[in-house]
Amino acid sequence: MAIRKIMCACGSGLGSSLIVHMNTEEVVKKLGHPEVEVDHTTISDINPTAADLFVVGADLGDFISGIPEEQKVVLSNILDKAELEEKLKAHLG
Amino acid sequence: MAVLDFIVNILSTPAILVGLLALVGLCLQRKPIEDVVKGTIKTIVGFLVLSAGAGFLQTGSLLAFGELFNYAFNMQGVVPNNEAVVADALQNFGTSSALIMAIGMALNIVLARFSRMPYIFLTGHHTLYMACMIAVILGGAGHLEGAALYLAGGCLLALIMVLSPAYCQVTFRKVTGSDGVALGHFGGLGYWFAGLVGRLFAKDPNRKSTEEISFPKRLIFLRDTTVSISITMMIFFLIVVAVAVAKGLLGIVPAGTDPKAAAALLEPYGLTVANVGGLLNIGTETTSNWIVWALTSGMSFAGGVYIILSGVRLIIGEIVPAFKGIADKLVPGAKPALDCPVAFTYAPNAVIIGFLSSFVGGIVGLLILNGVNAAIPVALILPGVVPHFFCGATAGVFGNAEGGLKGCIAGSFAHGLLITFLPMVCMPVFSALGYVGSTFSDADFSWMGIVFGNAVNFAQGGLLVAVCVIAFLLPIVYNFVAPKKNEA
Repeated sequence: MAIRKIMCACGSGLGSSLIVHMNTEEVVKKLGHPEVEVDHTTISDINPTAADLFVVGADLGDFISGIPEEQKVVLSNILDKAELEEKLKAHLG
Repeated sequence: MAVLDFIVNILSTPAILVGLLALVGLCLQRKPIEDVVKGTIKTIVGFLVLSAGAGFLQTGSLLAFGELFNYAFNMQGVVPNNEAVVADALQNFGTSSALIMAIGMALNIVLARFSRMPYIFLTGHHTLYMACMIAVILGGAGHLEGAALYLAGGCLLALIMVLSPAYCQVTFRKVTGSDGVALGHFGGLGYWFAGLVGRLFAKDPNRKSTEEISFPKRLIFLRDTTVSISITMMIFFLIVVAVAVAKGLLGIVPAGTDPKAAAALLEPYGLTVANVGGLLNIGTETTSNWIVWALTSGMSFAGGVYIILSGVRLIIGEIVPAFKGIADKLVPGAKPALDCPVAFTYAPNAVIIGFLSSFVGGIVGLLILNGVNAAIPVALILPGVVPHFFCGATAGVFGNAEGGLKGCIAGSFAHGLLITFLPMVCMPVFSALGYVGSTFSDADFSWMGIVFGNAVNFAQGGLLVAVCVIAFLLPIVYNFVAPKKNEA
């Protein structure tokens, strides 16, 4: 499935998800997919149809168990761009 | 003149003003025109959404809660919630808050460049909340206006934007194991305090990290703010309404009384038809049970906060990336100060233990306040799940980094007491300005509120501005005057 929209999420959808949002935008461009839309929100709003791919920190990994594995990116360090790039590459190709 | 009036009108419409800030930020980043249009409009809409949420929160539950709490317990009950008080205050201080935020961010870059605190504070919603609180204190209590207010406020905001990450960094570098990132969250004083308390257990021979034990993670569902606010507010409403009903609330107004007559009957009790009319079935076709009313009111509170958060998300979503882009260019070697969940992945068990321990601290603190209230009247600060979850969890991570499991429990318990007592001491400042039902929950808002809310009684006008500017300049002067430590 082609990824068109990536959603980053955190507890209140204000602070850390915005940081991950900025990092994701940078990595997605670097990987040559500027057409992918990136956004951030609260974990209250997560459901499988809201986006094609969800990025969260490991502390929220259990929280989004309703999302199919192939739609998830769980970061063990949410600030690590190298980890983010490696995991996004697997999804974006 | 008409043109001038038009410009003044634009600048004094907070929604458009924050839109213009986003516009400037987007243009400085040389974004394509469609991104500029999109970002500017989203920011303006965000502000309008926030205002709508504020109105709903007030009329939907918060005002009723305050009146009923007073009726039931004869004292002031306060729900600490940043969003509730900020959204309300932005109605009157929107323009000054927006300008203080803009000047504060610019001066944050100056401080990061020229002081020894190279932090760029990237938690945009806290910058907005702090700007708003400073506007209320300096403008409302300090009676500063116009350029003087913006300058003094911007200086204070910039100062706390580097000071808070600086005192957190003492322990936060032990959490992350590096010095490259900092914590930018205005619960800072509480985390520093939790670290300090945690250090008491640093030399414990049986020291164990929270991450070495297994701990159930199921409470993590409370990270969803909509759920956790709903649950706590439903419980608070049920208790308050039940006590009020036991005191004869439902008997005050006989069935079928028209709203005007009902208002006269309610007035001696400090109740109003607008706020509790729904509960007492005044002028309504259907009758609602008080339990149902309490449950829906509790969830309305969560709904109000949800709307406000959506608005805040739209506002800061454009401003923070612009701020970061500019700061990265101007301050080489700057350290980003980030929102508290960045600490959570380092110690997931400490997050849950810290929350529980802080929450218990909040309940113990409430009981102590209740005792104190018998001697001197104070506001009762109710333990909200959101501040205890986010701040208490971070305090737990800090306590764990300094003193392991025992440090985590003791540190976050102390934090729970702190964020109950600080708002209590701060409350008179806000009560005097008309903010009675809610107050800021996190520690830095409280200490800034206490210090500067009382400072305005001693220094006014030019002197007050001078105090703020000097406070801002001190770290820069210190950097150039004091000898540098040998960094070898």
